[in-house]
Amino acid sequence: MTELTKHEPTTIYIKPTKGLAALNLGDLWRYRELIYFMIWRDVKVRYKQTMLGAAWAIIQPVLTMIVFTFLFGRIAKLPTDGNVPYPIFSYTALLPWGLFVAALNQASRSLTSNQNMVTKIYFPRLVLPLASILSGLVDFVIAFVILIGMMVYYKITPSFNAIWALPLFLLLTIITALGVALWLSAINVQYRDVNYALPFMTQFWLFITPVAYSSNLISERWQLVYSLNPMAGVVNGFRWALLGVGNGPDTSLWISASVSLLLLISGLFYFRNMEKTFADTI
Amino acid sequence: MTTAISVKNISKQYKIGAAQQKFQYNMFRDVLVDTLMTPVRIYRALTGRGMRGTAATSLIWALKDVSFDLEEGRVLGIVGRNGAGKSTLLKILSRVTEPTEGTVTVRGRVGSLLEVGTGFHPELTGRENIYMNGAILGMKGTEIDRNFDEIVDFSEVGQFIDTPVKRYSSGMYLRLAFAVAAHLEPEILVVDEVLAVGDAEFQRKCLGKMGDVAQQGRTVLFVSHNMSAILRLTQEAIVLKKGQLLKRAPTPEAVDFYLSSGQAESGERIWEADEVPANSAPFKPIALRLKDKTGKVVDTVRSTESVTVEWEYQLNAPVTGLRVGMYLSTMRGEYVFTAFDTDDAKQYEQFGARQSGRYISRCEIPADFFNEGRYSLGVNASSFGVRRYFMDENALSFNVDISGAPGTQWPEIRQGPIRPRLDWKIEKVD
Repeated sequence: MTELTKHEPTTIYIKPTKGLAALNLGDLWRYRELIYFMIWRDVKVRYKQTMLGAAWAIIQPVLTMIVFTFLFGRIAKLPTDGNVPYPIFSYTALLPWGLFVAALNQASRSLTSNQNMVTKIYFPRLVLPLASILSGLVDFVIAFVILIGMMVYYKITPSFNAIWALPLFLLLTIITALGVALWLSAINVQYRDVNYALPFMTQFWLFITPVAYSSNLISERWQLVYSLNPMAGVVNGFRWALLGVGNGPDTSLWISASVSLLLLISGLFYFRNMEKTFADTI
Repeated sequence: MTTAISVKNISKQYKIGAAQQKFQYNMFRDVLVDTLMTPVRIYRALTGRGMRGTAATSLIWALKDVSFDLEEGRVLGIVGRNGAGKSTLLKILSRVTEPTEGTVTVRGRVGSLLEVGTGFHPELTGRENIYMNGAILGMKGTEIDRNFDEIVDFSEVGQFIDTPVKRYSSGMYLRLAFAVAAHLEPEILVVDEVLAVGDAEFQRKCLGKMGDVAQQGRTVLFVSHNMSAILRLTQEAIVLKKGQLLKRAPTPEAVDFYLSSGQAESGERIWEADEVPANSAPFKPIALRLKDKTGKVVDTVRSTESVTVEWEYQLNAPVTGLRVGMYLSTMRGEYVFTAFDTDDAKQYEQFGARQSGRYISRCEIPADFFNEGRYSLGVNASSFGVRRYFMDENALSFNVDISGAPGTQWPEIRQGPIRPRLDWKIEKVD
């Protein structure tokens, strides 16, 4: 502490929030450095004191792919789209799916596992779920390297669409995960039931997402309902962009994207309104 | 002079009961009823109505209509016994929690030392944690860079700076944590009981640091149970009692008022009717006292003398399987022991079932037991496996004076909460 900072200090007004809380996203920008450090911490400690370290980011999707290939590819003989070999067909879907599940798991617990921060210091609480979701991207990138290797092996060249489409679908994954996680993490502050419900939820969600199978197996009249699941849009999008199979962006994608935006916006409002009680009820 | 903090009619209401209630049942019937009520609960939770309106919930005002202004560059002491609302006030000022009513205007960044070590991750090294913790406390990266060497110096962890903090001793951990917080450059600094942590040397350093901060013209709010520190460091103090501001005066006057009005830690805790939750019936605590050998109520215990703890309570109905007892812990929160009045099998046979009436459970803690420092006495009345009637984790706190205790010929701090007089034998074997 050398000398008193000379700049004019900002004045803060503290009063009870009445009615619907404003989203105040500007606050999030002021705390961007904290978001960065939280991501950095999450990444840094994730595989500490594990033998295999970051290899887990690869092992998990690869092993799942092997199991899926055996069960659904060999035994159940589920058809893929456009004769794409089953392993790469499922792995392409497992990447965004893995990111989504990890994000949900981490983010839903982010408030309760950082309880001492929440009860002791002020910062926009949104930082916690947001940072834990973004830190999952590192695992995604690592697992993606394997996908590139597989594409070389199977001699599949992605279309140029991948360049713009992949980041977009990735964004859609993150928005969906954030939307759901905002609801869950805020509820988790008061009701730890979320911890028990979450595994069921993700398992169920996996069934209604075309990870192990092709969405073409869903009959025509159910397609619209099916696309209410944003992750269905994401998985189809990944396959379309990387493997060149299935449909490009169409109405069902717009439905997926709208649902996911709706989740995000409602999640933000719910979170912001519960935020003021976090320190008291956690 | 400009006003740094302006507090206007702040009140804070807490819901108690609902959360505690949740963990109280362990009877099958309760669990069953609770399970059947699940749909109702989910409905209430999602409509945001919580458990409001049910009998289980009681509301308490942790702060009620508190107002004061503080000018820039002043150091204000806040005194009051546990539960007076000191911490709630600091939490509102540092924006951790919202007031239920009233407004606060704060000019400048509020940094607080109640967040020592917050966000520290055991797997990260000291260096990494400094940056992490700094960011959490709202420091900019450049600000941390600038202060980095000073922080390391202050913390005295030196060569271990690149070791994961999980390998640190608790003292090193604490020093590092405090060093980061102390180098935060807020316009307003909030300090809550730092003196309860760390060894004497480190505490001295912390107080020194606070003095520096004050001299640089920053505004400081200082909460402590240590009256001599309050007297030394603050010019003015406010006295809180049950959430209300009783007095604001120059420190000597305020401290005098606090000590003489009988709310200071006096070696005695008396429960008033409104301090006892309704669900503790038929058990009703009356008073907890700490007495020396002569039977006088004391707040400072001599380590070389035995001390008697007595808890007076009323049973408004017969209770079976009752055990009444205490937890003893240090102010750092380490438990020293837990003991109940019916621990002894014979006692249990005789007093396990108690008729209604007024009782005193009394025990003696032997001489040569405590080490120097401050201890906290918690109480508990329960029937094992059936119900917990009443619990207060921090009913009373007291100081221990170690003059004459073993090893006091060396002016050093002895580790650990107990200081037994051991029967050492020294023999020459060769």
